[in-house]
Amino acid sequence: MMFLQRMSHEFPAFRLQEEVDRLFNGLFDVPSECGVGQIWRRNFPAINLWEEGESLVAEAEVPGMTLNDLEVFVQDNELTIKGTRPEKPVEVLAIHRRERGIGGFARTVQLPLEVDPARVEANLREGVLTVKLPKTAAVMPRKIEVKA
Amino acid sequence: MTATLESTHDNCQPCATRGERTRNERRFSPHVDILERPDELTVVADMPGVTGSDIDVQFENRTLTIHGRVAPRPDAKTRFLIREYGIGDFVRTFQVSEAIDAARISAEFADGVLTLRLPKAEAVRPRKISVTSGR
Repeated sequence: MMFLQRMSHEFPAFRLQEEVDRLFNGLFDVPSECGVGQIWRRNFPAINLWEEGESLVAEAEVPGMTLNDLEVFVQDNELTIKGTRPEKPVEVLAIHRRERGIGGFARTVQLPLEVDPARVEANLREGVLTVKLPKTAAVMPRKIEVKA
Repeated sequence: MTATLESTHDNCQPCATRGERTRNERRFSPHVDILERPDELTVVADMPGVTGSDIDVQFENRTLTIHGRVAPRPDAKTRFLIREYGIGDFVRTFQVSEAIDAARISAEFADGVLTLRLPKAEAVRPRKISVTSGR
């Protein structure tokens, strides 16, 4: 019985499922084709997240957008980045390439550490959105005094 | 007559004719929209994280090359908790079959988006020829 349980991870069918999941999850940066303009894929924008001292920092690339086009908030320790890139109607003879996404998008990621939603700051520069997420006091390391 | 624009990606293979890069950096191909209008070709490229002064646009022998330099970010020692994209320069090359007036190419950069306008050369624009009837 134990032997069979260990074998289940090696079954080709199980590995195939993993491969397919990885393939679909990895295609976030390619806009899908849909009608006249491209529509963003499910996982736009891509997000990088790291720790910087007493805060988490989330970064996303959102070219062609201004602060008015974006909405950033934290709720239940999840960060949401929502927005829309409007398409400027333009008179064209032909479209040779259409790779840039247009329209609305929304992405939510779970944050691995607790942050204070009231102190979140967002900054947008040259199409790069940087969100500073200060950690709550509870997760900060506390120095414990050792009494002799 | 329609123009065709084919892209030749500058992928990571070093090439004797193009020269090897001495710095080991990642390069990315920016997403572009290429639109043809009656008087010009418009190339719009997403290049987030590039500062306007760090963009190179070259047009030579019907080859258009765009290169946006991206300063590395964040600190090299940073340990990421989530890392979904890499950071590096944006480079892309196109073969332009349409005759372009190179002297009048203009470039604008705002919010991480580069917009290039390549005016078509006078010769290819349709010219109405008036017919005079003489006796």
